Amino acid sequence: MKKDRLQADLEGLVKKWKSKKGNLIMILHSIENIYGYVPRDTSLKLSRLLDVPLARIYEVITFYNYFKLEPPGKHNVSVCMGTACYLRDASSLIEEVEKILHIKEGQTTKDSMFHFDVVRCLGCCGLAPVMMIDEKVYGKVKKNEVADILSKYVKEEE
Amino acid sequence: MQKKIIYLKDTDSTQQDRVNDFYTLFSNELRDTNLIEQASVVRIADMGLYEKGVAVKILPENIVYTGLKNTDVKKIIEETIKGNKVIKESLYEKKSKQMRAVLKNCGYIDPESLEDYLAAGGYKALAKVLLEMKPEQVVEELKKSGLRGRGGAGYPTWMKWNFARGMNSPEKYVICNGDEGDPGAYMDRSVLEGDPHSVLEGMIIAGYTIGSSKGYFYIRAEYPLAVERVQKAIDQAVEAGLLGNNILGSNYSFELEIRLGAGAFVCGEETALIASIEGKRGTPHPRPPYPSVKGLWEKPTIINNVETLANIPQLIFGGGAKFASIGTEKSKGTKVFALTGKVKNSGLVEVPMGITIREIIFDIGGGILNNRSIKAVQTGGPSGGVIPQEFLDTPVDYENLGKLGSIMGSGGMIAIDETDCLVDLAKFYLKFCVDESCGKCAPCRLGGYQLLHLLEKISEGKGEMEDLDKLKKISYAMQKASLCGLGQSASNPVFSTIRYFEEEYKKHIIEKKCPAGKCKALIYFKILPPKCKKCGLCFKNCPSAAILGSREAGYVIDPIKCVKCGLCFDVCKFKAVTKE
Repeated sequence: MKKDRLQADLEGLVKKWKSKKGNLIMILHSIENIYGYVPRDTSLKLSRLLDVPLARIYEVITFYNYFKLEPPGKHNVSVCMGTACYLRDASSLIEEVEKILHIKEGQTTKDSMFHFDVVRCLGCCGLAPVMMIDEKVYGKVKKNEVADILSKYVKEEE
Repeated sequence: MQKKIIYLKDTDSTQQDRVNDFYTLFSNELRDTNLIEQASVVRIADMGLYEKGVAVKILPENIVYTGLKNTDVKKIIEETIKGNKVIKESLYEKKSKQMRAVLKNCGYIDPESLEDYLAAGGYKALAKVLLEMKPEQVVEELKKSGLRGRGGAGYPTWMKWNFARGMNSPEKYVICNGDEGDPGAYMDRSVLEGDPHSVLEGMIIAGYTIGSSKGYFYIRAEYPLAVERVQKAIDQAVEAGLLGNNILGSNYSFELEIRLGAGAFVCGEETALIASIEGKRGTPHPRPPYPSVKGLWEKPTIINNVETLANIPQLIFGGGAKFASIGTEKSKGTKVFALTGKVKNSGLVEVPMGITIREIIFDIGGGILNNRSIKAVQTGGPSGGVIPQEFLDTPVDYENLGKLGSIMGSGGMIAIDETDCLVDLAKFYLKFCVDESCGKCAPCRLGGYQLLHLLEKISEGKGEMEDLDKLKKISYAMQKASLCGLGQSASNPVFSTIRYFEEEYKKHIIEKKCPAGKCKALIYFKILPPKCKKCGLCFKNCPSAAILGSREAGYVIDPIKCVKCGLCFDVCKFKAVTKE
């Protein structure tokens, strides 16, 4: 079932973009938006549909930070490490998240509940230090508030 | 009579209790004079005024009084509330040093409404250009205005446009660079989200001037709202006949599309950005040929920053001469800065060129947090440098910042106080550039890595004096030999911190000490016996059992076991734990 949908989505996407030059990145964005990452078999199909070597597609995926090859966690936790956040001690938030979730940056918890990333400027420097869970931004976060924030998402599941 | 509202705020950051006293005074006075029906007092969170004592703003007249004393309350109620008279002695005169031009619509109009933008005078410049001006005249106005690229390098905009205009090619492109990658800068985001039509208008004018019929917005995928609003603005413009065929009945046609960035800092560099729009890895290539000769799909292309384009409509509408009346001799107009770091009021500020850094930090930013003293200001993001506090009175323009070893950049301005370590700061920026280096050319790929390695060595207390020379040598080589702007400027933070703060480096290397207490390997925690109340809180909280002792005997820290997490320092209520 899921595979059929994937196939249909992909064909639709390619149809929409095929006539436009430089379409690869935009197509990858759409795939990433649907699945949260770019699955390998999707890349394979894309390579056939666009008549572009798989290596060319992987070359692009691996160059840009935005594209991922692994499925993300259920909730994505990002701590901003832009300059403003760095100066307002975002590194202590990173330590705290790592301590609570028992994972390092770029990893996903064993239960796939949380994926943790340290990111570049989220563009909310006035609120530094900032952390973001999925689409929600938490500003002026203190180290001792991290546990509370994370626990909200655990409770939601229960 | 309309009911009056008295907004009350203590604008000093130190004495927050006073506001409640004044609230009581005002309330009592209103009650005693039976004016409760005519006016109410509201304590508010922010008035946009700082360090001006107790202040009130009286609506609907919008009268602002500052520096109030207890005795003024009666007078205000008597004269202003009851008698509708203004008390001249207490009146606050607005002397804001900001000047809003690019941001003039942000926050004032609905960014998703074309009507709002039109009502604010939008697209009048476009009409003027399409119906009354020849492309040469547009270039002429730009030349008169002295507008320079706001993305960082400060290249004169008219020259860029004029090169592309002079190229004989049926296909030309206009690109808006919205790949705002500098950590700590977010002015492009604010403009794209707050006033997308102004950028659109700038792009259409650019297209007309160089003879292009197609433009691209290149926006970071990390800014979904900006993408959404720009798309909406494009759709609205198409519907209103401001984009598409025969714009406003002229014979000029132009279309616009969005392309998303995908998280690569190097894509802010114009040749890399072009590669990215073409759907490839964003690696730069040598210039010349410049994009204005051979750019997107090998056709003449101009690439302008969001802020530059947002300047265009008002520049054309008001005329180049008017634009040039603001600023310094070689840098005209206003510049938006993202003021952050250890400053009291962080945020976007727009100031005329030529204002001093001190004015930005102290008069607009309200000074340094916790009243600490300022150590330096960093401008230009990872490609910029630090400016020590003795040069704070330098007027801000492209040349002056360049002379001091920093750059204007896209407008990040970060205040650094005495608790920030500059070795650590240089390390932070360098790590960014090492992560973001595309790897194509050796000076940037290898040089950055080696610099970072040396800085890590120094901050771990293993530095040697010759490391300083090595740092300078590698920095110099990177500046001269790297392929693109990223590599050429990646060593700027190292260069400029050594230039002004060599002493601090030497302290790390010779004395093995970090004066700011930031470099973990070089700090030591100690318990001061006279201040210690033997509460045991540090003992309980220590994660590595490095605190020895008992409630009776008191406590000491074992420097070998200590992991320097700083928990004891944070939990101690008596400031008995010191960090040095």
